Amino acid sequence: MKTNNYTATGKNNGGSLINGIPKWLWLLLSFGAAMLLWTLLSFNPKTARSFPNVIVVGEAVITMISRGVFFADIASSLISVGAGFALGFVIALPVAILMAWYKPVRNIIEPWIQFIRNIPPLAYVPLIVISAGVGRKPQIIVITIATFLTMAITIYQGVVNIDTTLIKAARVLGAKDRDIFLRVIAPASLPFIMTAVRLGSSVALTTLIAAESTGASAGLGMRIRALNNSFESAPMLLYIIIIGIIGMVIEKIIKALERRLTGWQEKREM
Amino acid sequence: MAGKERNVKVKIDNVVKKFNTRKGEMTALNGVDLDILENEFVSVVGPSGCGKSTLLNIIAGLSEATSGKVYCDGHEVKGTGTERGVVFQQYALFPWLTVKKNVEFGLGIKGINKEEASEIAMKYIRMVDLEDFANHYPKELSGGMKQRVAIARAYAVNPSVLLMDEPFGALDAQTRTQLQEELLHTWEKEKKTCFFITHDVDEAIILAQRVVIMSARPGRIKEIVDVDIPYPRNQETKLTQEYIEIKNHIWKQVYQEYLEVRK
Repeated sequence: MKTNNYTATGKNNGGSLINGIPKWLWLLLSFGAAMLLWTLLSFNPKTARSFPNVIVVGEAVITMISRGVFFADIASSLISVGAGFALGFVIALPVAILMAWYKPVRNIIEPWIQFIRNIPPLAYVPLIVISAGVGRKPQIIVITIATFLTMAITIYQGVVNIDTTLIKAARVLGAKDRDIFLRVIAPASLPFIMTAVRLGSSVALTTLIAAESTGASAGLGMRIRALNNSFESAPMLLYIIIIGIIGMVIEKIIKALERRLTGWQEKREM
Repeated sequence: MAGKERNVKVKIDNVVKKFNTRKGEMTALNGVDLDILENEFVSVVGPSGCGKSTLLNIIAGLSEATSGKVYCDGHEVKGTGTERGVVFQQYALFPWLTVKKNVEFGLGIKGINKEEASEIAMKYIRMVDLEDFANHYPKELSGGMKQRVAIARAYAVNPSVLLMDEPFGALDAQTRTQLQEELLHTWEKEKKTCFFITHDVDEAIILAQRVVIMSARPGRIKEIVDVDIPYPRNQETKLTQEYIEIKNHIWKQVYQEYLEVRK
């Protein structure tokens, strides 16, 4: 059986047929399968209430626009995610480098980053609201904390693992500390920084619901919770899909950037 | 010996290196004395753990001797300096730079203007026969090509001595032989003082005028063998009577050290 399987995916006609399918067709097939599953769920009486069919969900766009919240929600969430992520990055980069550079900084900061990282943000949201009040500020703080933790650890681990032979090679070519930082550490860290940006943007989105549970007046996460109270599953599902689409678009942009900036890398990670 | 009249390029004066390990103090080098003459090619052989890389790192200024001194052109070595170029076994090319930019790296730090740097870089890229790959990234090159770039990069800053730490150790036998021949040609032309570490006895003899045999634990110079075989040398040199005698002698000495390490 095993050998049969092997040849089936490797050499015979069936294999070459599968290998011959272009990427766009795979994407289309995947999309089609998702739509099929969704439709089945919408017909099954047990799941129909959670999964209204595609048309009903599509119509929810019009409902939400007519309520005057659709674009405001998207804009509000993008602002919170963007600002929180940017702040998280701006703090994570120097902290990660300091951690890699100075042992005392590392030994003091790393344990508490690891400690807080495993706590779901939703748990500490109330504490932030008590101090920061409601509105935009606590949303940004929550996303900043979550993205900072992920990005600081990722960048730090990258910088620490930079090949020391490269630093030696630079030194024997006359490089001083400043040259080493700018011409070796910085470019060598770039792949890890890009990985951190990718992970950070994903964390920013997954923290959205927690961030917007701080008494936000608009936002995709806040709206999902509000719709939950009135059992409006169609717009809820619509908003969930929108978050997913935003995530995919951001990922694509970062991947394109990564290819441009770090295409020189020996191995490509996933 | 003709060598006696030449200037001493690198003077290694009673160098001792001790490391602190968990088991206590470990002596890696126990009083090494060696004069490397101008335009000379010296190779060092010895079992792993004999401290040959440690010695190279101390000459390069990447590591500090516990006691003893190293002089280059009469100046005491303190830290790294561009008059001492290094070629590492792991190539150590900057993966984010093209071949040409890698070779220009040291020139940029020296503050040499772009046009001149480009000219110098291309000269050495041609020397290692890689002009078609000047704009390629290291990941697109084979191991042998990478090491040729590293050699060009070391030459580009015009060091007065070249320190090579098992530069061909990671290459397959064929590429290794080819790079040995290329290095021989370059050395015959430029007569750059070379300090070459290897664990391959053949490699040590074919390249060098003198072969330093090191003993292990603690690392000391056991014997220095003159290789009075005229250049140009090539693979056929290995079939001559002279060569075979030298090889037998060195091999016996090195083998004894291997056995010592095994104990």
